[in-house]
Amino acid sequence: MDRFIFLTTDGLSKGAVYAAFALSLVLIWRAARVVNFAQGAIAVAAAYMAFSITLHTGSYWLGFIASLVGGFILGIVVERTAMRFVGHERPLDAVIVALGVVLVLQAVLGYLYGNEFIGVDSPFSRRVITVGGIDLLSRFDLYVFAAVFLLVAGLGLLFSKTRLGLRMRASAFAPEVSRLLGVNVTRMVTLGWALAAAAGALAAMLILPGDLGLHPNAMDGVFVTAFTGAVIGGLDSPQGAVVGGLTIGLLLNYVTGYLNPLFSADLGSIAVLALLLAVLLVRPGGLFSGVAARQV
Amino acid sequence: MTEAILEVKGLCSGYGPVPVLHDIDLSVPAGTIAAVLGANGAGKTTLLRTLSGLVRPTSGAIRFEGHDLISVPVEKLVHKGISHVPEGRGVVTELTVDENLRLGGLWRKDRADTAKALGEMYEFFEPLARRRDYPGHQLSGGERQMLAVGRALMARPKLMLLDEPSLGLAPKVVSQIMTLLKHLRDTTGLTVLLVEQNVRSALSIADQGVVMSLGRVVVNRDAKDLRDDQGLRHAYLGF
Repeated sequence: MDRFIFLTTDGLSKGAVYAAFALSLVLIWRAARVVNFAQGAIAVAAAYMAFSITLHTGSYWLGFIASLVGGFILGIVVERTAMRFVGHERPLDAVIVALGVVLVLQAVLGYLYGNEFIGVDSPFSRRVITVGGIDLLSRFDLYVFAAVFLLVAGLGLLFSKTRLGLRMRASAFAPEVSRLLGVNVTRMVTLGWALAAAAGALAAMLILPGDLGLHPNAMDGVFVTAFTGAVIGGLDSPQGAVVGGLTIGLLLNYVTGYLNPLFSADLGSIAVLALLLAVLLVRPGGLFSGVAARQV
Repeated sequence: MTEAILEVKGLCSGYGPVPVLHDIDLSVPAGTIAAVLGANGAGKTTLLRTLSGLVRPTSGAIRFEGHDLISVPVEKLVHKGISHVPEGRGVVTELTVDENLRLGGLWRKDRADTAKALGEMYEFFEPLARRRDYPGHQLSGGERQMLAVGRALMARPKLMLLDEPSLGLAPKVVSQIMTLLKHLRDTTGLTVLLVEQNVRSALSIADQGVVMSLGRVVVNRDAKDLRDDQGLRHAYLGF
């Protein structure tokens, strides 16, 4: 039972990061109808910026802010210089261009920082706090929960309560009508990319100090896992992304905790794929997909 | 006759290499309703889409209040005082009634007046007030049309481009919408360019009747003449 509790809290913490990253993919999908395969590379680039700033100033928080701002700007740059020029007739075009962006970013990062893993310090202790003899979670986990909660709540408020959020939603759902109503849709798409890249950068800042460390390819695996979470949730739904991300975090932890020792093999990825298959078989649009939302 | 608020000269446009509109001349006086009639494929919708910049013209001139309109980007159109209600109503079905209406006035600097306009719309369109927080996809066809028109009015436009507001609606709702347009023309001086297949309803309120066929204007008359002249009606409108 103790072990189960620890696996759960730890799984939720990892899942929260996947949720944040899945959310960033959903943001771009909603704004531009593109699955951004470059999201991981953009996030890593932002994390490298944070690393440089922290190295020079000695302040984690300056670096943290730099990663968010850097991600935001990088999102704008990628959209303005590359993704904007991709047509929507063939969905694969955007994927190919995004993969090109990945190659460029990873090459530049490798050139600037080298292709070795760099350890990243966490701002809070990762030592697990024990309550009444039960291992619960670390301060860092609490920080992860707080950060992801703020991200989700902030985006939720932005989209549901502000005029800007209304514009962004309208542009995503009905670009032509929005233009006729005076909404600058291209700007909303750029903003969607910027916000999403900043959210991705946040996810990178939360996951790299733990298991991965900094490397140009460090987020590749996270991208696959989080993307799966986003698809399970329905790709169009922010709530779905959060639920999908948390579910995958839990599943991975249970499988690694209970099944891997039994079979002496890493079954995590297989379990994630099995979950994806099962969900798509039952609900092909994902768990939170809207049904018949558009009728004319 | 008052001065023309919208002036179209020699307008040609189309989709890619396919020409649709040929040499369209049109003049709509301020504070009047012009009905653009014609069969399917006559180019009526393309005319509206070209006027609002969604389709680029290949040649010709569009002037609104004496100023060139072709160089104005689509999203600035509403700033000039032109609201385009597209075919199929264009309600953002994922947003609520309230959000759709507010969207129509978001660009405006005068927030107090925008809030006032919102209140007016709920008075005008009672059914919308009752469904304020419903998403667009739960509305009936008539309610959606009200919402689309109301949202356009949130901008307090001088010119409204309306594409087939009667499409798929019950006759009673159609006549309500026509009455509303007439009312707006008479009280606020709104100019309307109304594209319609429902010839009788459109002519019942229009000042000017424009008949299009195969991308050209073939008749441009007083609406009254079109209503009364049986020969014209038979020849171009089929009733």
